[in-house]
Amino acid sequence: MKLELARVVRGTGRLGVLRGLGRTAQHSLEVPGCLLYTHLGAVPHLTQDTLHTLSSLPSVTQVTLSNIAEHQEVLEEFKDGFRKFAGLHDTLLYCSLHDSAAPCPTGYTTNKTVSVWGSGGRIELTVAKFMALQKAVQPDWYQSMADGETWQNNTSRKRVRKSVDRTLAHLDECLLAHQNSQELEGVEVFGVVEGGDIPEERVRSARETAKRPVAGFCLDGLQTGSMDQALRTQLIAAVTKELPEEKPRLLQGVGRPDEVLACVEVGVDLFESFFPFQVTERGCALCFSFNISLDPERAVLELNEDERDTAGETQHNGDVSLDDQTRMTSFEMNLKDKRYHDDFRPLVEGCGCYCCKNHQRAYLHHLLVTNELLAGVLLTIHNTAHYQGFFSALREAVAGDKLDILRRRVLRERKE
Amino acid sequence: MAAAVVACGAGTHHTSESQMPLKKALSAASPLTLRIVAECSVTKARACDLILPHSAVSTPVFMPVGTQGTLKGITVDQLEGLGCQICLGNTYHLGMRPGPDLITKANGLHGFMNWGRNLLTDSGGFQMVSLVELSEVTEEGVKFKSPYDDKEILLSPEKSISIQNSLGSDIMMQLDDVVSSTVTGPRVEEAMHRSIRWLDRCIAANKNPNKQNLFAIIQGGLNADLRKACLDEMTRRDVPGFAIGGLSGGEEKDDFWRMVTLSTDHLPREKPRYLMGVGYAVDLVVCVALGCDMFDCVFPTRTARFGSALVPWGSLQVKHKQYAKDFQPIDPDCQCPTCKRHTRAYLHALFKSDTAAMHHITIHNIAYQLTLMRSVRQSIVEDRLPEFIRTFMKRMFPSRDQYPGWAVDALASVNVTVE
Repeated sequence: MKLELARVVRGTGRLGVLRGLGRTAQHSLEVPGCLLYTHLGAVPHLTQDTLHTLSSLPSVTQVTLSNIAEHQEVLEEFKDGFRKFAGLHDTLLYCSLHDSAAPCPTGYTTNKTVSVWGSGGRIELTVAKFMALQKAVQPDWYQSMADGETWQNNTSRKRVRKSVDRTLAHLDECLLAHQNSQELEGVEVFGVVEGGDIPEERVRSARETAKRPVAGFCLDGLQTGSMDQALRTQLIAAVTKELPEEKPRLLQGVGRPDEVLACVEVGVDLFESFFPFQVTERGCALCFSFNISLDPERAVLELNEDERDTAGETQHNGDVSLDDQTRMTSFEMNLKDKRYHDDFRPLVEGCGCYCCKNHQRAYLHHLLVTNELLAGVLLTIHNTAHYQGFFSALREAVAGDKLDILRRRVLRERKE
Repeated sequence: MAAAVVACGAGTHHTSESQMPLKKALSAASPLTLRIVAECSVTKARACDLILPHSAVSTPVFMPVGTQGTLKGITVDQLEGLGCQICLGNTYHLGMRPGPDLITKANGLHGFMNWGRNLLTDSGGFQMVSLVELSEVTEEGVKFKSPYDDKEILLSPEKSISIQNSLGSDIMMQLDDVVSSTVTGPRVEEAMHRSIRWLDRCIAANKNPNKQNLFAIIQGGLNADLRKACLDEMTRRDVPGFAIGGLSGGEEKDDFWRMVTLSTDHLPREKPRYLMGVGYAVDLVVCVALGCDMFDCVFPTRTARFGSALVPWGSLQVKHKQYAKDFQPIDPDCQCPTCKRHTRAYLHALFKSDTAAMHHITIHNIAYQLTLMRSVRQSIVEDRLPEFIRTFMKRMFPSRDQYPGWAVDALASVNVTVE
């Protein structure tokens, strides 16, 4: 894969296209962009029919070893790889280690192993088992095995250093096995940058990982809730300085629109899309505005208003702790609220998704109050469409150097 | 009149899909017309076109149940895509949440769920008895306590029809005095007579006789005399259709089929017969042969959510270990979206990770039921139903001595032998 950069803004924010993706090297992905979040290949709640009501889907589907590991035997017997097993046509497959929306217990990583949690409990992975899984999955690209358990509050410097060392060791082992494996020909590997909240360790991890022949970089241990955005920005900026320009950077565990914006500015290219799923699970619909194609006069007026109103509001969402991941953000509306009982408008005026074209807030409210499965289906469709729309606007904003305007737009909207 | 046919039911997004020539629709004073397309020369089965305000329905028909204004995880587009022409909503549930006033504001149940084809609503009577712990039946109606706010509610014939008028369903059911089929004694007779009186009150209370069809429900339990009496009385009323009620509740199958065939013997030929609560494949096939046109049941959609996929040879428990490495689709001959794309092994695995697995099976099970009915209808049209039944039974049961005795008897009663 090769990242063709079209623009760099503020020195570090990038716009471009990731080309040569996939084993046939024929696919591409625009950056900044996001991957398609799935559970075992299924976008949560959706079958192919409902999924394809969405007109613009990322060309890369993400699957996680936490979902897949327990099915290793089945996949090995199937032989033809996960994509075929799941009935996925026309999409690329990226395999990550953990599911960012399913935080798992800590304290089980060792020098030689990491653990994932499947439906039947903990599964321990050595590099050998990890690589056996990749051979069974046959993704287009995957992240190498990594120790990212550095996000808890009192992670010692020693522990952080260990995570960097282990991750590098795992990477070297993975690469060796990868190069010797025929089944993984044409498959690419991303190195994982660790380092907790310690700038020196972050730089060390970045420098060392960059020396290896990887196709791109995952930035790990920076997930929402692990640290405030200011520190995250600082660390990512330090990291991306050490990474080659022409290789993509994927940030794991960060999905909130304000955080995405901040991270794009310091050089992140790719994100996961678990955030719309989390919004869906709490019965909410994304409704923040990302439309900045206003006429210039109005734009100036709004900017002035914003400067007055939003002074304190950038703190509004605040930095949540990891426990608060399920708490509602200001980017969404809570459809369980009584006020929507007889609101016959679509979720978001002007949204072209299947849910907004066919259903109303009052119906979604009813489905949620009565605990009906269709709520999850419709909300997933809307939230995914809205999130994709945001990324599209994000790319446009980078192209036109309008990130500031976009940020103000995204942050000023509050649910009515 | 044309305007009434197209605009009634207040579906805001779909136009009428009636296949009937406009001339016939114009001449129909009632919002229901039954056209008998074929009658089996051996059994009592018929194949009909049932013309309802929102679209035509081919019978025999299985109607999936969408209790709370939704079919458990399936969008209306998916339901339409499967060829469903009519489905059910429940008056009890919808009357509680979100309530008739809200649904009226939403342009009826069609508008609220955005379903452009036909809807049938039951009266709420069955839920009274089956769901509510302490309900009390009087001549007035059924008194019960709301499970949501403990308020005491009276569901009378007038109230039930009022709610169903707000829902705007194409077919409404009368409020009947529902008694479990395992109850015997004077209560059964009392309920039968009361149901007749309640039918009359329902007819009187219907504010939309030109748009909504009110069906009567024949009661009488498992007592032939009571059934006959009920049939005699109710068929005197000019209702557009009849349901056979009070069955499919745990009674002996030997009694069940006898009551079904007794009922169809005495119901008018030119009006549809709706057998309530029947949904197992064998029951459907047999009861079509006994003369029933319409069926509903929660079974196919409910069992799907537990991973049970319906197939011509019974059912397949997708969550069982034996399917973990089975790389065939649920049914290699099935054309539904699930079987065209996914394997048993994948669905087995998916059940551990996401609700989408349930939706895949739900789609398959609805497809199975609708396809079964379509095949039954086709065999009636081509006058080869007995042959179809023989093939069906052979596929469903490993050997002749496993054919259910009641089904063999019931089929014999309409001249079908299943050797």
